[in-house]
Amino acid sequence: MSFSIIGTGSSLPSFIVKNEDLSKIVDTNDEWITTRTGIKERRIIRDESLLDIAEKATRAALKDANTDASELDLIICSTLQGDTISPSLACLVLERLGVECPAFDINAACPGFVYALDVAAAYFESKKAKKVLVLSAEQLSKFTNWEDRKTCVLFGDGAGAVVLGEGDGLKMINLKAKGQRESLYIPAFSPDSPFVKTESSQNQFLDMKGQEIYKFAVYTVTEDVLFAAQKAGIEIDDIDYFLLHQANGRIIEAARNRLNQPASKFPMNLCNLGNTSSATIPILLDEMNQNNQLKDGDILLMSAFGAGLTSGVCILKWGK
Amino acid sequence: MTFEKIKTILAEHKDLEPSDIKLESTFADLGFDSLDTIELIMVFEEEFGTTLEMNDGVKTVGDVVNLIDEAKK
Repeated sequence: MSFSIIGTGSSLPSFIVKNEDLSKIVDTNDEWITTRTGIKERRIIRDESLLDIAEKATRAALKDANTDASELDLIICSTLQGDTISPSLACLVLERLGVECPAFDINAACPGFVYALDVAAAYFESKKAKKVLVLSAEQLSKFTNWEDRKTCVLFGDGAGAVVLGEGDGLKMINLKAKGQRESLYIPAFSPDSPFVKTESSQNQFLDMKGQEIYKFAVYTVTEDVLFAAQKAGIEIDDIDYFLLHQANGRIIEAARNRLNQPASKFPMNLCNLGNTSSATIPILLDEMNQNNQLKDGDILLMSAFGAGLTSGVCILKWGK
Repeated sequence: MTFEKIKTILAEHKDLEPSDIKLESTFADLGFDSLDTIELIMVFEEEFGTTLEMNDGVKTVGDVVNLIDEAKK
């Protein structure tokens, strides 16, 4: 027994930062950002907390799934870092919901949502859960170096969630990771103690080698998609939608060309949201669900890549 | 040899005249941005069956020819 997605939800911060706004902070412009990324604007947490949008996304997903929070057997939250290091963001959401069940965070960078689905799948297989909430809530703006014009234009904040119930929606799921730090990393901030002085607090922001990540991303998505289709016993032409991690429009386009698939199969929302790390796929899925774009029986492929280096891919049959 | 092959690939990608592509041409001169450049590197990798390590020093067509010739050794 595996799972099916029975509800989706998402929530975004209200504050919008347009490319023009960024051109007042760093030496950049709308044309440069648009041609290299496809991004026009992004949402940034300012007027609410990460927990606020995580809670909203959760409640929306529960409502869509016609499920009461008390029915949840597990909450898995994918995040780079919640509002508090401890308790986990999953537990803070639990507190807001006023219910009790096992709850924890995982960090697998941008593929975190797919990683969380894989953990959930194991709970269903071992019959330890009948209803699971998988939530991705990310606040990249906390780690962004607003003086680095190469990276500060790329990221945004947001939250997306799904409720999973018993079913046979999941057709295959596969995770990969190879340890490699230099291409993309965010240093941890540790304050001085009486015993240990940190050498420098200067470099506490996200650092990325764009070209290396581009190469990793395009190769990985192409490889993962082909592997996934084979594993699920289908042709890639049979896939109705490819929900790729929304990092950069150029990466999605390059992967699409390699896979020889039409653009209509590759929904994108990065234009308005930028890269919200592990939240991009559940937010995109929720948009499609709310717009009634998804039909029962549609075959969806999700593929994400990120720091680690990690990647994850899954194929699901849609049908709530 | 490598240069000739690269010239053909470059010309196909951006509708350039092969005669306009010189060893000292930078990718920026030819109208390729950083992501076009890495996309080309990936095409070269497939074409030449080798892995190319990118670094900030790679700016001209000649740099890439050297990179490929080094990798083939």
